[in-house]
Amino acid sequence: MSEIRSNIQKRRLRGVSVISALSVLSLIFFGFVSPGKDKTTFGFVLNNEWVILKEWVIAAATGARIFSLISVIASLFAILAYRKRAQIIVPVAFATFGIFMSFITWAASGKFIPFTGLLQGALLLAVPLVFGSMSGLICERSGVINIAIEGQLLASAFVSGVVASLTHKTIWGLIAAPIAGAAISFLLATFSIKFSVDQVILGFVLNVLVIGLTDFLYKKLLVPYQATWNTAPTFGHIDIPILSKLPILGPILFSQSVVVYLMFAIVATITFALFKTKWGLRTRAIGEHPTAADTVGIDVNKLRFKNVMIAGLIAGVGGAYYTVGSVGAFGKEMTAGAGFIALAALIFGKWSPLGAVFAALLFGFADNLQSTLTIIGVSIPSEFMLMVPYIATIIAVTGLVGRVRAPAADGVPYQRGGAH
Amino acid sequence: MMRNSLSKFGQGIKLPGLSFLLAFTLTGLIIAISDAKVLAKISSPFEFIKSAGAAVGNAYLALFQGSVFDVNLTKGHSFLQGFYPLSETIVTATPLILTGLSVALAFKSGLFNIGAQGQFIFGAIGASYVGFHFQLPIGIHILAAAFAGALCAAIWGGIVGLLKAKTGAHEVILTIMMNYIASYFILWILKTKQFLRPGRIDPIAPEVNENARLPLLAGDNFRINIGIFIALGAALFVWWLLTKTTVGFKFRAVGANSQAARTAGISVPFVITSTMMICGALAGLGGAVHVLGSEHALNADIAGSFGFDAITVALLGRAQPLGTVFAALLFGALHAGGRTMQSSTGVPLDIVLVTQALIVLFIAAPTFVRYIFRLKKLNSSASLTSKGWNG
Repeated sequence: MSEIRSNIQKRRLRGVSVISALSVLSLIFFGFVSPGKDKTTFGFVLNNEWVILKEWVIAAATGARIFSLISVIASLFAILAYRKRAQIIVPVAFATFGIFMSFITWAASGKFIPFTGLLQGALLLAVPLVFGSMSGLICERSGVINIAIEGQLLASAFVSGVVASLTHKTIWGLIAAPIAGAAISFLLATFSIKFSVDQVILGFVLNVLVIGLTDFLYKKLLVPYQATWNTAPTFGHIDIPILSKLPILGPILFSQSVVVYLMFAIVATITFALFKTKWGLRTRAIGEHPTAADTVGIDVNKLRFKNVMIAGLIAGVGGAYYTVGSVGAFGKEMTAGAGFIALAALIFGKWSPLGAVFAALLFGFADNLQSTLTIIGVSIPSEFMLMVPYIATIIAVTGLVGRVRAPAADGVPYQRGGAH
Repeated sequence: MMRNSLSKFGQGIKLPGLSFLLAFTLTGLIIAISDAKVLAKISSPFEFIKSAGAAVGNAYLALFQGSVFDVNLTKGHSFLQGFYPLSETIVTATPLILTGLSVALAFKSGLFNIGAQGQFIFGAIGASYVGFHFQLPIGIHILAAAFAGALCAAIWGGIVGLLKAKTGAHEVILTIMMNYIASYFILWILKTKQFLRPGRIDPIAPEVNENARLPLLAGDNFRINIGIFIALGAALFVWWLLTKTTVGFKFRAVGANSQAARTAGISVPFVITSTMMICGALAGLGGAVHVLGSEHALNADIAGSFGFDAITVALLGRAQPLGTVFAALLFGALHAGGRTMQSSTGVPLDIVLVTQALIVLFIAAPTFVRYIFRLKKLNSSASLTSKGWNG
């Protein structure tokens, strides 16, 4: 017990040291060594929401110093929490926020930052990541590693785009997408559960298969017969009365397409179902200790099969976001590795639904910050900004954020009377 | 005795044989039903089957002509010119052998190296820089450039090994992330003053000097170069390392059972780090050979999908050096032939990926193949496995 405790403390120490060092560095660098010479303007109004504050103008140097100071103070709180052997997550979050804001204020000196737009874009970029990580979550909580998220997203994006084009109806696209996601899941489930194929290898191969198939059909059908096959309509925005008028939150959360609202619903449902229902308890049981689950009468492989199929349905909705949910037409390999980022978000979020959502949002934010800063013309090479989510993931999985542990039976095929 | 070993051999190739049959049949079906001319004849079954057969036959003929021998190329030229496609197959297969060995060696130590793509990129960057920036004598220049590529990639791969050894983070996630970082890194470095070709604004580096290029093997009409011997030499090296050295024994011991290996006094962190460094060097050598042998200049898309195809290559080759060489030659042929198939019959090259995935899927699922063909028993060595997140 004491060893476990000291391990946690060791990780906390690492976290506290890194965040404190970063805070101080940010104060020194953004605040004093190379301070912004101009004013930074934050814009808070996007649509026609109620206005409290339209813009906020601050000298870049002052702003960066203030935000860095916030992060330094938060780091001090983190050190205090560490010495009291308490959770350090809240002060670390504040410190991270301070460093981020300090960086933005510094980087956008003399420029206009559409703050609400930045957050809204972050959410939109995170949508497929959230769906993907929820798919991975349900699989892995049941003990099946899902590397095929990318394939699920891509296949369903393709199918929803094609079906919506052929029927001229967005809703058919949205209905067809989960079926495509489930089809990939069916292969994943059949080969991993029935034929005991190594799940990591299987997932990888399924991705290659889907990339090959969609590339092939894209060139063979979607490009030459674009008018019939690749002109999917898209869902419009639905403004939720009153809520969509809230400053900042309104345009971000309550003026979105139906796919985004579905995402809120699915995340809430999974969080509830996984921890408060019989299904959730059984799912967690077969992921952690299938033999024990079997002895109390749970059909491990049947439930795993079912859950992998559910996961496919969920990823499928995320795939629909790419076509009918946003741009309409399908593009070759348009998911561009989102499935792997979703997987990283799942691990970053320590296999918990809200953790994964938070990680996905963070990746979305980093991605959108990068494009926003590139658009307003900041002198940091965009390639380095693009690396940020991946570096962050490496930092996370190497244990800085805390103990990251997969469900105990994740990736282990279950056979009655077998070694596991 | 003779009969016994023959039947054993027959058993040994039965599974791959049936897997190939299944994969090519399914691919053929996809080619047939996605063909507009075939679909137009759907009303009369006989015509439908005939045109479907013709479509598939033409596609597979083009695949062969693009990868082994094309009689049309001999017209007005020497007979040998007909083997131009074979040279292309080998040129495509050369980097694949090296990246495939990188993944295969990792498998032997129980690691799943998805990072060959990033390691390939760093190998290409290192080799390209030494290739165009320095003026060195013949022979030495090639060695220096190839060494620089292998070294850059060994460091890049070593980072993963070190992180895994020190923190226990899973190499699949680490290598996926490192691949992305490498792919952005090459985009950035191609824009820098050191790498941008004078007079160009698109991301392409200067060509490597003549002295750094790998000598051609069959004259100027063929792209085949000594790279293939480098790749075969590397395969021999991996075989030697794994079967004849203590280090290789340690690798395999950790791959078989890391707990037991630790108990036996083998340093698991050392094995993980050194394996990843050697894997990196192998994939990096692939990048170097690709730049120095056939491309001659670094560009943003230099790595293509060599690093990813490497995984299917290693899986098909069952992580054995010789198997990896054959698998790489096969996939090299599929790619080279696929290009001809795309240009002459209009069947997109991407179908090759489908074939590749299906072959590996069936090879990895012997019980499935047995189930399809209603076979009672099929001799097959244990299929490859990776380790889950906690492994």
